Order: sequence, then structure tokens, then C-alpha cells
Amino acid sequence: MNIIVCIKQVPNTTDVKIDPVTNTLIRDGVESVINPFDTYAIEEAVRLKERFGGKVTVVTMGPLQAENALKEAISLGCDEAILVSDRKFAGSDTWATSYTLSCAIKKIGAYDVVICGKQASDGDTAQVGPGISTHLDIPQVTYVKKIEDISANKAKVERMTEEGYDIVETPLPCLFTVVKEINTPRIPSLKGMMKAKSAKITKWTAEDIKAEPKSLGLEGSPTRVVKIFTPPARKGGEMLSGDTADVAKELGELLKDIVI
Amino acid sequence: MASSIKILLDKCIGCTFCVKTCPFVAIHMANKKAVIDMGKCNLCGACVAACKFKAIELNREAVEKKDLSAYKDVWVFCEQKKGVIQTISFELLGEGKKLAKKLGVKLCAVILGHNIESKIAELSARGADKIYIVDAPELKSYQDDPYTNILVDLIKEYKPEIVLCGATTVGRSMISRVAVKIDAGLTADCTGLDIDEKERLLLQTRPAFGGNIMATIVTPNHRPQMSTVRHKVMKEAEIHKGHKSEVIRKTYSGDVLKSRTTLLDIVEEIEETVNLAEADIIVSGGRGVGGAENFAIIKELAKTLNAAVGASRSAVDAGWIPYSHQVGQTGKTVCPKLYIACGISGQIQHLIGMQSSKVIVAINKDPDAPIFKVATYGIVGDLFEVVPALTKEFKKILKK
Amino acid sequence: MDYLLTEQQTMIRDLARKIAKEKIAPIAAKYDETEEFAWEIVKVLVDSDLFGVYIPEAYGGLGGGIVDMCLVAEELSKACGGIALGFAGTGLGTFPIILYGSEEQKKKYLPQIAKGKVAAFCITEAEAGSDAGGIKTTAKKDGDYYILNGTKQWITNAGEAEIYTVIAMTDKTKGARGASAFIVEKGTKGVDFGAKEKKLGIRASATREVIFTDCKIPKANLISKEGMGFIVAMKTFDNSRPGVAAQALGIAQGALDHAVGYARKRVQFGQPISSFQAIQHMMADMATQIEAARALVYATARMVDSGAKNVAKESAMAKMFASDVAMKVTVDAVQIFGGYGYMRDYPIEKYMRDAKITQIYEGTNQIQRNVIAANLIKENLKSE
Repeated sequence: MNIIVCIKQVPNTTDVKIDPVTNTLIRDGVESVINPFDTYAIEEAVRLKERFGGKVTVVTMGPLQAENALKEAISLGCDEAILVSDRKFAGSDTWATSYTLSCAIKKIGAYDVVICGKQASDGDTAQVGPGISTHLDIPQVTYVKKIEDISANKAKVERMTEEGYDIVETPLPCLFTVVKEINTPRIPSLKGMMKAKSAKITKWTAEDIKAEPKSLGLEGSPTRVVKIFTPPARKGGEMLSGDTADVAKELGELLKDIVI
Repeated sequence: MASSIKILLDKCIGCTFCVKTCPFVAIHMANKKAVIDMGKCNLCGACVAACKFKAIELNREAVEKKDLSAYKDVWVFCEQKKGVIQTISFELLGEGKKLAKKLGVKLCAVILGHNIESKIAELSARGADKIYIVDAPELKSYQDDPYTNILVDLIKEYKPEIVLCGATTVGRSMISRVAVKIDAGLTADCTGLDIDEKERLLLQTRPAFGGNIMATIVTPNHRPQMSTVRHKVMKEAEIHKGHKSEVIRKTYSGDVLKSRTTLLDIVEEIEETVNLAEADIIVSGGRGVGGAENFAIIKELAKTLNAAVGASRSAVDAGWIPYSHQVGQTGKTVCPKLYIACGISGQIQHLIGMQSSKVIVAINKDPDAPIFKVATYGIVGDLFEVVPALTKEFKKILKK
Repeated sequence: MDYLLTEQQTMIRDLARKIAKEKIAPIAAKYDETEEFAWEIVKVLVDSDLFGVYIPEAYGGLGGGIVDMCLVAEELSKACGGIALGFAGTGLGTFPIILYGSEEQKKKYLPQIAKGKVAAFCITEAEAGSDAGGIKTTAKKDGDYYILNGTKQWITNAGEAEIYTVIAMTDKTKGARGASAFIVEKGTKGVDFGAKEKKLGIRASATREVIFTDCKIPKANLISKEGMGFIVAMKTFDNSRPGVAAQALGIAQGALDHAVGYARKRVQFGQPISSFQAIQHMMADMATQIEAARALVYATARMVDSGAKNVAKESAMAKMFASDVAMKVTVDAVQIFGGYGYMRDYPIEKYMRDAKITQIYEGTNQIQRNVIAANLIKENLKSE
């Protein structure tokens, strides 16, 4: 089975905080990591390879330092890594990003499944996965929480919904976006880490992937960011203290109108 | 002239403020001056605003404006499940009405499904001036291909200038495909929508970096301008029975209705009777609860208050309660009158899901827990003592 | 302090640290409570290639030395000394085979251990602790077999392990030269296990009696030659003592990290207690002692890896010093936590309970001092 995984390197957002004095983002010492949802995509891809044999190719669009994310993906079991990087991609919104990745995937060649994480923890849009499948004109199933069955030309999966889940059958090739419920990502093995260290990362530019210049970067992005600001902080209120029974009584009094 | 950004070296004093402000880590210091990595810069302008010395110059290209006057009207995609219109649609109709008014255009509802003729009255009552309805057996339940194909077709034919859709699992999957197919700009999870009346532009405001910053986004040169909005962020449209709407019934056949994927089954997993997303009162448990059995005291308080039970991601990840109860960035957004957070520290990813609750009560044994910064009433204490005490007190008040 | 690790050693340490933080720390309290064996961690260690870090590459391991084993033991112990023992105790049980096993024995057992079979070393008996020479378990030659009879006590990993290296008397008349080392597999007829012991600390580690009743094992399971038993045992301890020392280091460091974190957050008299000199001096002493112990442990580990012939004195020093430091540091850590330090809801009292055993097993610290003194005297004699 030929599996392609799309990942993104993001700042570790659990570390990103707002400075309460200046009300701005604190970015010091925030490390870059593989987008958390993508680790589940990598794990699922590697599991499919272990089950059916084949190859996992991991690809990312990003700056040169995204190479580290690709190396980590190799240490987790991916076979080949491709970095798609070019100044021309700067300012890409999700339309341009999904277009760029779809060009890279077309260049990779034959594949059975493309797996993406549900959303990236910096942009939080969840748009790139479906965008890729549309550019490639392949069917998709989003929010996949379990791959029940998969064979050479079709798959049966569980798609998570607000109320529970749907069971969907799809022909291959197709694209999945996966949620955390699908698996538990493995810890890299030492041999994997050593393989990653010496791994050669393939680098492609906009020209290599034969992308239409008009559809790249800022020019290829229908949306534009015009303003960035920090949200007004919600202020804290009152602290209730005292012995438990008294506090409960006080709170009961305060909330009476709401609960009745 | 292309967009450009540069550091005015004579004005830059090396204070590094811009480095810290850049959400894309695109600025670093070299020889005590700021340097922008053009490979990472998104020209968002956050650094320009942050620089106290006006040392950063951003020139936005004068975008050659296309003639987009053929695009009119505000559309709302109304999601239905099993023949029931999802309440997010009413919230979008409410917001859409405001936008349509400012633009002086019509508010239109779009609904796809099977045997949904009866929904017209409901959509009409919620203020839709026009209703586009497509009724076919193939559209009974959501499938990517037919829904995408039809929406693309409708948009191409009727040319709306704005399309709003709920940020639900269905909405997000579908609208991303539509946006790519018609080369439109899509902004996800908007928390604020407004109109720049001079430019006739939709101003879309949304959170990024887990909610630590807000961004305002526009789509200057592509139509329609598309946005998804999360549940419980906007106010529902009021009901005006007797409101009249124009109804356009479209039929499609053949390949348009074909689906490559097949929906084999729909499985529901809600266990509690009070729906979390709709609840007026929510009692939520976090890591402090410590175990699945301990959720019993949370459920007890919830039952007393006729409230829904929520949970933080920690509790769900630990397997103490199913994901359908999760509140937060990767869970549900709720906006109840009262939100009681028990043993929840209040990480930003959780706050995003509940900070617009009218009253927040927080119980945590850590006095430094971030949740106390947003709580209306905070109690530093052991939830295993406080929660049962509250249950007892409310039982008395509610005479249970 | 930078111990000038190689790139691979740094990777090993970082990987072990990741596993400790992400996989062990979240379950440490639970396993301390249930006293069950953490098989899920054995699996994680096997999958990450760390379980056999000290096993030669030819037999499926990573081919690392004692330094590498200590790096792993220390990192895992920061999260839980008990769970780390599943790994470290296996090392103890495996060294007899690595150091003295025949090619066939190595080929048969080492790959199995690298793939996740736990091992255990059996020497201690009810009447023979420090006085290991007093063991009474016998191994009687019977044609192509040996028949083992006797009871081993307080064996780490007993019952969970598949592979046991056992020291038994083959010839009582020869005294110290009368013991031999054997490999016994779980499931062999005549091998039974006692009930799991209820311990003060390292509760996630399984400690049981191993009872041999007319246990028949093939003569191919004899390690080296008859009479080599105590030499095998002593050499095994020389190699494993730095590992125990590393475990003690991890426990001490983990306790210190918790204590400093707590001291920063606990406010009394309007200030975090970390701003009071009394606390600062305690923390400074704890940190210095740990670093001194660490330097001694890794210097000793390097010495063992360099193939030095006699490492008994240094091994004993490393184990003795690191474990004494661990005991003092963990007691002080509980003190820094104050009242909360005494509560089982907080993680620190476990560190104090776990530290104690490191002063006792693999040779009590009193025996270690004997070993050091004996070597000093020998050296002094030689230098005259």
C-alpha cells in the first residue's frame, strides 16, 4: 500500500501564552513540534504499512526548519520524507496550501490513501485536508476515528459526528482526516531516531511541483489577514472563602435566580 | 506592485518586541536589528502594530479590484439532520440578517435533504427572504459529493456575495470542498462578522493559536466570501410567524447526485438526556475529578440542577467520560447561563469553549489555576467536599 | 553538568526521558497503589529498542554499555523507581549470561530478553543475605541434568520473569568454590513462586520467593563451569551496581525536581518558600550531592565499559554514595513539601519510600563499605 501523510510543523501552542501586562503573545522558548493531530495521522499510516506492507511518504509545506518535523516522522516509521519549500509559498491561506500540497502529491505519483490530521493547532481551520482531496478530485472521509476494513480498492471507516459516528464506505484512492480517537501514537524507537538522523530529505520547490505561480502564496490566497489583535481579557470576579457549608450557602444565594 | 514588508534599520532599536509578537516566528534578531524571514512572513501586520518605534513598514499591494457587482445576497446553508434543522442554522440566519441589512441585500436560506418541504415555514419564520430548497432521496443524509456538487451549482447560478455555514463536522467537510472548487476564500470558526460598508467587504474575525490571538480576515477579490461559524457564538434569529419568503425549488439529476462514498449506518452515542450544546446550566469536571467513578458527584450536582454534564479534555483523554461531553477548542463550544467548572485548571483551550458563559463558577484546589481569572465566582477548595455541599444546598433551594 | 555523552548516548537518554515523562509518570501513582507489574512499560521499552540497550547487537540488542544502561535506568527512575526495576532487574538477571554464557546460551536467551522477556537474578536466601556464601540451595548433577532444590528469597521480577539466573551449591565441601550458576526457565517443572511480598517502597516491582523442588534442568543450562558461581555473581554485581546507583540517582533527581517546583509555588508569609534561605540551602545541598553522585556513577560506568579488570571498589563506591544521597535527598524533599509531603495524594512520599531499598539491595551499604575497605587495604599493601 502506498500511503501519503501530510503534516505541518507548528509552534507548541500549549506553551504559547499571553503576557498579562502587555496583552501580547509570549513566544520565547516556544519549540516547534509536529502538529498534534498529524501524529495520529503518522501513526495510522505506519500501522497500515505494518499491516499491508508498502511505503509511507510524509510530506510538508513549510520553511526549511520543517525538516525537523519530517525527521521526527521518519523516526516514527515513515519511509520517505519530502519538504516542499519556496519563498513563493509565503502568505498562503488554506486554498493555496491545499493546492501546493496537491501538486506535490501529484508529483509523488501513485498512492492508495492520503492521511491528514483533522486540523492544525495554530490555524485551527480543518480546511486543508478537504481542500487537498478536492484539488486531487478524490473522495474524502473527515473525522475518521477508526478504519474498520481496508483493501486494495475500498475502505470502511467510522466518521465521528456530534452525536456519535457514521459508518462510511469509500473507494480508494481517497483522503482521510483523522481524530485523536483513532489510535495512540507510538514513541519513536532508537533505531528509528538513528535512521532519521542520517535520512535524506527530498526538497522540492514551486517549479519542481509544476505549480501555477498564480495559485501560490499570497497571490493565490483568496483570503487576507488585515488585522491581528489580542482578545479582550475576561476579568475574574469574586473569590468565595470560608468553611465549606458556608461557601455553599453563599453560592446558593448568589445563583438562586439562575437555577430556579 | 507586490506587497512588501521591511525593517527601517535607522528606526529599529533592537527592543525585540516584534520578535515576541509575530505569531509565525518569522522575525529574529541579527546584530541587534530585527530581520524578517520572508519564507515565514504572512504579511499579517501584527509586528507593525506592536512596534513602538514605527520601524516596520508594510506596503499592501493595491489589489486590482475585479468587478464583483454581479454577486449579491447573503446565503446561509441550513444543515438538517434526520429532518431536523440544526439550531446553528438559526444563529446564522440571525447574524446573516444583520449583514444583509447593512449591504441592502436579501437573506437567503439554502437547504438540502429529502421530504423537507415542511422546513420552508420554519426557515421563513426565521427571517429568510428567499429559500433555495433541493429535495431528493439521495440527499437524505449528508454525503460529500452530492452536497458539494449542488452547492457549487447553486452558487455558480445565483452568485451570492456571502455564504455562511455552521462549523459542524458536516459544514466544515463540505464547505472546504466548495471553496476550493469555486476558488473562493473561506474563513473558519468566525467569532465575529461585520461589514465594511465602503468596500462591501465581509470582515471575518476568528481566533488563532488556540485562541491566544484574534485575526480579522477579508476576501477582497473572490466571491462568494465564505465563513463557518461555531455553535452558540451568534444569537438565534427571532421567530416571526407569517413572514413571507420567495421559494426556489431546484431539481437535479444524474451525476450531480452521485456519491463516491456510501453511508452505511448512523450510530448515536448520547447517553445523557440533557444535550450539552443546548443546556442552560452545565456542570463540568476536569483532571481534578481523578477518575471515572468520581464523576458521580459531578453528575449528582448536574441532576439536581437539571443541568448537562461537561468535561475538560484531560478527563476525556483519561477515559473517564465520553468525548461527546468535551468542552473546549477541540470539543464543543457552549454558552450556558451558568457554567460550574470542577477541578478544571482553565487552560486556554478549555476557556475557548466556555468563556462566553454568562456566569462561571470555578472550584479548584490550586489558587493559581487560570480558571479563577475568568470565573465570576471562585472557590479554592477540594471539589470532593465543595461539590456535594453545593448539591445539598441546591436541593434545599429547589426543594428536591 | 555535561558528561560528554556521544550522540547515540544523548539520543538514548532523551528517548528514555520522553518515555518516563509521557508513559511512566502518569501511571506511577496507580501502580504504587495496585502493586501490579507494568507490562505496558516493558512493551514501550521493547518497541523503542531500549529494553535491550546493554545487550550486544549480535543478539538483538543495541550494543550499549553500562553507561547506556545507567542513562536509561536514571531517566526511568525519575518517574518511578519501581517501574524502572522491570528494566534494571532484567539487566541484573541477564549479566551472568552476557559475561559468562556460552555462545549457545547467548544465542538462545539474549534475543528473547531484547524482545521483552523479563529476567531475574536469584542468589539471596532466608539465611543468606549479606553472607551470600551461606546459600543452601543445591544443584545435584544427575546424568544430563542438574536437580535444583531450595528457596530463593526477595527476588526482583520473580513470577513475572521468564528467565532466571540462579546461584546454587554444586559442591558443599568446596565452600566458596562450590557454587555454580544456572539458567532456569519459568514453567520448568519444579519451579514455583511465593506470594508477592508487600513492601515499603518500589511497590510496582514484583518481589517473590522462587522455590525449587526437584527442579530438573538440562546440563546445557550451567553457566561457565561448576564452581564458578560466586565469581559469576561478583562480576555480575560489579556490572549492575552502577545501575542500582543510577536508579538511586533518578529517584533523588525526581524528588529534587518535585521539591523545587513545589517550593516555587507554595506561598507562606507572603512569599514563595523558595525565597527563604533555609529552603534554598537545603535545595543547594541536595543538588550538589546528586551531581557529585552522578559524576561518580558515570565515571564508574565508563570505567566498567573500558574493560578495566578490577572495578569492585569503584562500583561499591558509586552504589553506596548514590543510594545514601538518594535517601537523604528524598527525606529532605518530603520536608520541603511540609505537611503535603506526608500526604499520599502528593507524589513525594513515594520517593522517600522508594529510596530506602537502594541502600539495602545488591549488597547493603555496609557490605559496600567492606568491599571498599578491603580494596584500599589490598592497594596499600601492593604499594609498599
